[in-house]
Amino acid sequence: MTESGTTDGVKEIRVALPYHLRILAKIEDAEVRLEVQAPVTVRRVLDALEARYPMLGGTIREHGTGQRRAFMRFFACEEDWSHQPLDAELPEAVAEGREPLLILGAIAGG
Amino acid sequence: MSCVRVLVGTRKGAFLLNSDGMRKNWAVSGPFFAGWEIYHLKGSTVDPNRLYASQSSSWSGQVVERSDDGGATWAAVGNKFAYAGVPGTHQWYDGTPHPWEFKRVWHLEPSLSDADTVYAGVEDAALFKSADGGATWEELKGLREHGTGPQWQPGAGGMCLHTVILDPSNAERMYIAISAAGAFRTDDAGKTWKPINKGLVSQYIPDPTAEVGHCVHHIAMHKERPGVLFMQKHWDVMRSDDAGESWHEVSGNLPTDFGFVIDVHAHEPETVFVVPIKSDAEHFVPDGKLRVFRSRTGGNEWEALEKGLPQKDCYVNVLRDAMAVDQLDKCGVYFGTSGGQVYASADAGDSWTPIVRDLPGVLSVEVQTLK
Repeated sequence: MTESGTTDGVKEIRVALPYHLRILAKIEDAEVRLEVQAPVTVRRVLDALEARYPMLGGTIREHGTGQRRAFMRFFACEEDWSHQPLDAELPEAVAEGREPLLILGAIAGG
Repeated sequence: MSCVRVLVGTRKGAFLLNSDGMRKNWAVSGPFFAGWEIYHLKGSTVDPNRLYASQSSSWSGQVVERSDDGGATWAAVGNKFAYAGVPGTHQWYDGTPHPWEFKRVWHLEPSLSDADTVYAGVEDAALFKSADGGATWEELKGLREHGTGPQWQPGAGGMCLHTVILDPSNAERMYIAISAAGAFRTDDAGKTWKPINKGLVSQYIPDPTAEVGHCVHHIAMHKERPGVLFMQKHWDVMRSDDAGESWHEVSGNLPTDFGFVIDVHAHEPETVFVVPIKSDAEHFVPDGKLRVFRSRTGGNEWEALEKGLPQKDCYVNVLRDAMAVDQLDKCGVYFGTSGGQVYASADAGDSWTPIVRDLPGVLSVEVQTLK
């Protein structure tokens, strides 16, 4: 274990999910904490998220292609990561658990 | 004493309406899956406590929920609907080829013999089957690949497989309908399919009598007369007496033969219900009057049923899966509207009362008659 409470190479990160997906996954807290192997990327976060909550499979990214669903957005450290490659390394503050990865439903539909 | 459970899918969640056999006092529970579109939910006849629900949203896609306790609790099951092989193309609205893309489940039809087996009609049109209570889904690819698929085209609501009818006398036979492709039948449990659209005439397509391309809105069958089918097409109410081999029009004296729902009385195979809608340009009931029309002659001769229904300033629609009948001695009929009302009749349509008036827009209504 390191001083930050993680085993070597494994990061404990925070993820904030949209309301409907928290209900679907029966998550009562505002955020979930996940252990993710470094380097921390959106793909690895989603892999860990879906492993713990299988009912979220297909709701954030498409089955098959693995692409982000059109109206789902990713934000990290006040930056829009929705159009970044899924394998891009997330900011250190997210990887160290100081900031959450925000997964949001786009404001759409009027 | 028997009781009745009405399963209502709406644009913002699902609701369960329960009553005893008198069907006068109703307990409303829900919303379940609040905020999600519930295109359809239906119970198994083998195990009435087994319910399946199609839950979807533009944001998070498709989820399938299952209850094993009559709707008290639910759990998400499998939602991976992968077309078999390379799905190819169908026609887009402008006639150009467009790749098949899964969008949502429109209809869930539990097997008549096994509570763990359920069929899903989906958009873009295909039929899937689960034999493990919804955990995994496999496409019955013989439908999409039988040959006419590249000619199918979406209707205004998308290219949806919205009707699945299982023949209670023949486990190998099933019927499905697609907007806008038409009706299809399998006689080998889904391996092979054939279009069954002879007799349909659709003036709005290039060849009005084409083998496929018809916008079939819904089909209904009486369980004791499985070879007799009633169809509400985009325009026209149709009937087949030979398992869909041929159809003839039975619109008769209806004020308009456009509509979505059609259903058959539980005990009278020649008694049919429809709700005429003004037109494909104006999706509401004619003249501001909500009227169910009933034929006791298997079509052609229709009577307006309006007792208890609003007859002034009413402009709602009734969608294709939003009518159902119960199995009690005096057949109950139920339907839901785009305005969020669910109406019930405990006397085969002679009179109606609203069970609830202010739900979100109703997408589907199913009924379970429970012992």
